[in-house]
Amino acid sequence: MGYQGNFRVWRGDEDGGGLEDFTVEVNEGEVVLDVIHRLQATQAGDLAVRWNCKAGKCGSCSAEINGRPRLLCMTRMSTFTEGETITITPMRTFPIIRDLVTDVSFNYTKAREIPSFKPPKDLAPGEYRMQQIDVERSQEFRKCIECFLCQDTCHVIRDHEENKEAFAGPRFLMRVAELEMHPLDEGGRTVAAQETHGLGLCNITKCCSEVCPEHIKITDNALIPMKERVADRKYDPVVWLGNKIFRRQS
Amino acid sequence: MAELERHSFDVLVIGAGGAGLRAAIEAREHGMRTAVLCKSLFGKAHTVMAEGGIAAAMGNVNSNDNWQVHFRDTMRGGKFLNNWRMAELHAKEAPDRVWELETYGALFDRTADGRVSQRNFGGHEYPRLAHVGDRTGLELIRSLQQKIVSLQQEDHAETGDYEAKLKVFQEFTVSDLLIEDGRVAGAFGYWRESGRFVLFTAPSVILATGGIGKSFKVTSNSWEYTGDGHALALRAGASLINMEFIQFHPTGMVWPPSVKGILVTESVRGDGGVLRNSEGKRFMFDYIPEVFKEKYADSEAEGDRWYTDADNNRRPPELLPRDEVARAINSEVKAGRGTEHGGVFLDVSTRLPAEEITRRLPSMHHQFKELADVDITAQPMEVGPTCHYVMGGVEVDPDTGASSVPGLFAAGEVSGGMHGSNRLGGNSLSDLLVFGRRAGAGASDYAAALSVRPVPSEASIAEAERVALAPFSGDGGENPYTLHMELQQTMNDLVGIIRKAEEIERALERLEGLKVRARTLTVEGHRQFNPGWHLALDLRNMLVVSECVAKAALLRTESRGGHTRDDYPAMDSDWRRKLLVCTASGPSEVDVVEKPQIPIREDLLDLFDRGELEKYLTGDELGS
Repeated sequence: MGYQGNFRVWRGDEDGGGLEDFTVEVNEGEVVLDVIHRLQATQAGDLAVRWNCKAGKCGSCSAEINGRPRLLCMTRMSTFTEGETITITPMRTFPIIRDLVTDVSFNYTKAREIPSFKPPKDLAPGEYRMQQIDVERSQEFRKCIECFLCQDTCHVIRDHEENKEAFAGPRFLMRVAELEMHPLDEGGRTVAAQETHGLGLCNITKCCSEVCPEHIKITDNALIPMKERVADRKYDPVVWLGNKIFRRQS
Repeated sequence: MAELERHSFDVLVIGAGGAGLRAAIEAREHGMRTAVLCKSLFGKAHTVMAEGGIAAAMGNVNSNDNWQVHFRDTMRGGKFLNNWRMAELHAKEAPDRVWELETYGALFDRTADGRVSQRNFGGHEYPRLAHVGDRTGLELIRSLQQKIVSLQQEDHAETGDYEAKLKVFQEFTVSDLLIEDGRVAGAFGYWRESGRFVLFTAPSVILATGGIGKSFKVTSNSWEYTGDGHALALRAGASLINMEFIQFHPTGMVWPPSVKGILVTESVRGDGGVLRNSEGKRFMFDYIPEVFKEKYADSEAEGDRWYTDADNNRRPPELLPRDEVARAINSEVKAGRGTEHGGVFLDVSTRLPAEEITRRLPSMHHQFKELADVDITAQPMEVGPTCHYVMGGVEVDPDTGASSVPGLFAAGEVSGGMHGSNRLGGNSLSDLLVFGRRAGAGASDYAAALSVRPVPSEASIAEAERVALAPFSGDGGENPYTLHMELQQTMNDLVGIIRKAEEIERALERLEGLKVRARTLTVEGHRQFNPGWHLALDLRNMLVVSECVAKAALLRTESRGGHTRDDYPAMDSDWRRKLLVCTASGPSEVDVVEKPQIPIREDLLDLFDRGELEKYLTGDELGS
C-alpha cells in the first residue's frame, strides 16, 4: 500500500529558483498529480501547478518528469520504483511564471497567425456533406488537447529562442495540415506552411509524436504529408513553370 | 495600494466553456466590445470533459425525430419540472446550433450519406447525439475557440489589433460583481498569475461559470467548478432555482482511488454496454419505474434486438435517464451485490468487437488503460455514481437569459430551469449553444439600449479588494485545504445521492460551523499564482451554494429526478407545481421560499398523451 516517496520539485519564479526535496506519501493507483496535490495540501500550500480535468483531456498539467515532457495526471506512480527520486520541473521551452507554471502565450500567438477555416461559400449551414473516411484524417489532429508538450520537446525551439519567431511548432503546423485536409476548407495553405509557419525548419525527428499523450502521429500523418504537398507545389518543375507562365492572381 | 488595472467593455462574459464562448461570439457579432474572463487557460474549460454528444433533433439517423419528440424526452427526463419555454426553445434551436458549428470548422462523425451522425443516449427516443467518437466536448470547445480566433483575425485585418473587439482574459478570477442602484456596473477580480487586481466597468455581465461539483467529494468536475457564478448571482441580488437537484452520473470510475469520480461516458451504454452486478445479473430490468414501463424492454432479448431494430423493440433499461440508473447502482451496492471496489460492472467487451470499441470509444479505452490498467475491449469496467451536474442555477428569462438583476445574464449549467429535476445526457452541450447564443444577444440588446451606464463606486471597489485580501491578514487560522475537504465530505455524506431530513439538518449545522471557521482562513506565501489563496476565495462561493442545496433539499419533501429523499420516496404532483427559490439574505445567509411554476402552455401539453400527463400533473391542472 502506501509508502513515503522522494520528490524533487522545481520551485521559483522568473528571477530564478531551484530544486527542492520533499518526502510525500504515495498510495496505490496514484498519479504524479495526486502527489503534487498532497504536497500542496500538507507541505507547500502555495506550490503553483496548472491542472484541470485530471483525466488527460484538457492538457493543462504539462510538465517534465525526470526530464521527459509528460502530463502530471497521466503519469502513474506505479511506473517508478519506491526508492526512486522523482524530479518534476516546468516545461523548459516556455518562460517560467512560478514553480511548475510556465507562460504558454507563445502558443496562443501562433494559433492566431494561422488563417481560420474558410467555409464553403455555396453551402448553407446544414448542407455540408462529407464522408467519414474523408474527415478522419483531420479528426485525428483535432484530438489534440493543446498540452503543448510537442512544442516543449521540439528541438527547433526548445533551446533556440531565436527560432520562435519563424516557427509555429508541431502543434500549429499540424493545425495547418488539419485545415489543408478538411474536405470543405477553401483556404490555400501549402505555401504559407513553408513560408510563414516555418515547416522547413522541421527535420522530422518525431520527438513531437513520441511525447503526444493522445498518440497523434504528428510527424507521419501531418508534417510529412504537408512537406510533400509543399514539395509538389513549390519544387515540382512543371508546377513552377506553370506558375511563372500563368501567374496566379490571388 | 498599487495602481488598479482598469478596463471598460460593453459585455463581460465570465467563463469560457461552451456557453461563455458561444455568448461571446454572439455579443461580438452584435457589435459589442466583449471580454471573456476565465479561470483556466483559453480552451481548457470543463466542457472538454463532455464525451457523448450534442442532442439535436436533426433526424439524420431516424427521420421520425423532430423538435416535438426532443421536447417530450426533455420534459420526461426532468420529470416535468422543467421550464417548458426553455425546453421548447432548446429542442427547436439545437439543430441550427450544431450545423453552425460545422461552419466554424467542426468535424463530426458522419452518416453513410455524409451528414452529421447521431447516436443513442439515455432518455432520448431516437439516435440524436451529434458526436465525435467520445470526445465531443473537446470538438465543441475547440470549434468555438477557433471561431473566436477567426473573429479576432477579422478585427486584426480591419483595425490592426486582434483584441479590438473581443479579448480573452485567461487565468483570471472574478471575485465580485459590482452593483450600483440594483444594476450591473462591472466586475472585480484578479489575475491568477500575478494576484494583481483588475476592475472591469461594463453594463452587461453574462455568467457562464458552470457548476458546483467541487463541493462534493466524489465528482467528475474539475477544480473550476466551485459555484462562482451561482454565488456571484446571489450576492448581486439575483435568485437561484432548483438547487436541490444534483445529477449523480451513474457511471464514474471507482478505482483506483485517485481517479474515483472521473466520468465514464454514457455512450458506452448507448453503444451496447450493459450493467451487471457481482452475481452477473443485468439488474436494470428490476429498476424500471412505473412512469417509464411502456418505453423500456422487459427482457434482455428485446433490449438486445433494439440496437438493430429500434422501430419494433423497446430500448434496454440501461438507457433510462441518469437519475434512475444512478439510484439503481446505489441500491445494488448497498444490497451487497457490488464489486470489490464498491461499484458495479459496466461491460462492453462481450458486446462489441474490440476494434469497434476502440473506434467508438477511444478516449474511454485510453482512460481505463492508462489510469486503471483495465482493457475495456477484454474486461468489464467498475463504475459507480459521481456528482456530475447541477440542474439548479440562476433564475432567468428563457428568451434572453436575463436574471432579475438588470444587466446580469446567465447561460449553461449556471442557469436553472431548462433541465427540471434531471438533465438528459447530451442536452447539456446543446443547452450551452442555444442559451449561450440567446444570452449573448440579450446582453447585447440590453447594453445597446442603455442611455446611461452605471459606474462602480469607489466604496464597492474598496470593499471587493478588502474581501479578496482577507486571507492574508491573519495568521495561524484555518487551512483552506482542510476546510475544503470537510465541506466535500459533508455534502457527499449528508446531502448526496440519497437524502433524509436528519442528515440534511446535520449538514446544515456543519455548514454553519464551516462558515464561522471560514472567517479566519489564512494562507501562506504571496499573491503570485497562489493556489491556497485561490481556494480560500473559492470556498466563500462553495459554502453559500452548498447551503442553498441543503436548505432546498430539506424543504422538498418528495423524490424527483436528482433529489431523492429516503423519508419521502414518492414523487408528488403538488410539488411539481412549486419551485424553491434561493436568495441571499445577508453576506453569507440564504433564504429559500416556494414559488409557483408557470403552467405549461396548452399546445405543448397537447404533445403528450393524457394518460402520461396524469402521472405527473395534478387533477385540477388537467381540468378534471
